[in-house]
Amino acid sequence: MYPEDLHYTKQHEWVRLSDHAGVVGITDYAQQELGDIVYVDLPRVGTRVEQGKMMGSVESVKAVSDIYSPLSGEVIEINDALATAPEKLNESPHGDGWLVKIRLSAPDEIQGLLSAADYAKYVAEEESGH
Amino acid sequence: MRAKMVDFGGWDMPLQYSGILEEHAAVRSAVGLFDVSHMGEIEIHGSDAAALTDYVTTNAVGKLQPGQAQYSGLLYEHAGFVDDILVHKIADDHYFLCVNASNQEKDYPHIAAAKRFANRFTATVDFASDRYTQLAIQGPRALATLQKLTPAPLSAIRYYHFIDGVVSAITARIARTGYTGEDGFEIYFAPEHSERIWNDILDAGQEFGIQPCGLGARNTLRLEAGMALYGHEIHSTITPFEAGLGWIVKLDKGEFIGRAALVRQKEQGVTRKLIGFEMTARGIGRDDYEVFLDGAPAGWVSSGGPSPTLKKNIGMCYLPADRAQAGRRIEIAIRNQAVDAVTVPLPFYKRAIP
Repeated sequence: MYPEDLHYTKQHEWVRLSDHAGVVGITDYAQQELGDIVYVDLPRVGTRVEQGKMMGSVESVKAVSDIYSPLSGEVIEINDALATAPEKLNESPHGDGWLVKIRLSAPDEIQGLLSAADYAKYVAEEESGH
Repeated sequence: MRAKMVDFGGWDMPLQYSGILEEHAAVRSAVGLFDVSHMGEIEIHGSDAAALTDYVTTNAVGKLQPGQAQYSGLLYEHAGFVDDILVHKIADDHYFLCVNASNQEKDYPHIAAAKRFANRFTATVDFASDRYTQLAIQGPRALATLQKLTPAPLSAIRYYHFIDGVVSAITARIARTGYTGEDGFEIYFAPEHSERIWNDILDAGQEFGIQPCGLGARNTLRLEAGMALYGHEIHSTITPFEAGLGWIVKLDKGEFIGRAALVRQKEQGVTRKLIGFEMTARGIGRDDYEVFLDGAPAGWVSSGGPSPTLKKNIGMCYLPADRAQAGRRIEIAIRNQAVDAVTVPLPFYKRAIP
């Protein structure tokens, strides 16, 4: 359910690493909780982001939810397709629904993120706590 | 069926089933079924039932025929809303009020106290929420769906009229009312039959693509239809004139609670008014966001969000009355950014009457 090659946060973002960059998105659990996503607000290319700090938001019909940057760095690419097709976040949260690509300034931060198994366990606890 | 639940005025209510957009589309194009069993019911009986109902509501009860319903307001003396309600006339000595779930605990004492202090009405006021459950069947195929479960000639029930009949062989009040901007019915019956009738309606509507709908779709549908929601467009310090609900106020019907304040407000004019808006730049103006006119704070969004039918971001807001006309450029503060919008007339959506 949660791809093994991704790293996860407790705020329900994921990162896929390649060289010194990371592609960031929100998890399948997050998109399910939000429901139909209708609007995505992303930082501009060139924006400096910091681990754990707000970098944008996603909005469903009913609610606004902040997106926190899982790692520090500079935004080098954003998923423009989401401006006209925000539903990609619901359809393919770990794939086509990616949000931004970040050039990492502190790659060691990755050590603090969760593995797929740990994230799945965390989500299960969240759900049973509801 | 897995519904996403929310706490709504102390009730555990379904926010959505399949998804708000899918449920919304089903109601606009086919039929949707809403569990609105949380709504409250109050019954007024007695030889002065009509006079008491008239005294506590803004609309003209005297104009109702048995089997007719009307939208109305319960006001405080200062003309703010206690609640917005539906008044059904069962008979000259019997009125049935459908009230908001989250307000029923204050509606009942409000009416009972009004009766006691006026001390001139021979009537009893009954808190009847435990005796009724309510389901709403809404959409262009609502009639065809419900007709399969009742011998009552549904097409003969006019809008804002009702009959007492049966659904699935269970005694039910069948009203042609709704909160979606579509044709449809709201039915009231004894709560022990809820599950059976719910399932029967879903079965009956299957061929039309019926969807069970939650509070999420209920809200997007009523917003498109420009209908007020208590706690948003109307509340204890908003009057019917401010909310664009002058049509439910009948000042010439005689004394009623809130009348004096309404007469004063009519003479002096309102200072703020409800108007629709559409976002013209990217962004969604949501409930309680601040509205700016010419760079200065001027009002607030009472309800706002995406319109699934119009594919625009829409809402309703309060603005100073002298500037609350359609076609005015406004800005909405969305997370510290001023985002452009334009005021538009209400409603956003009106169904084509065949």
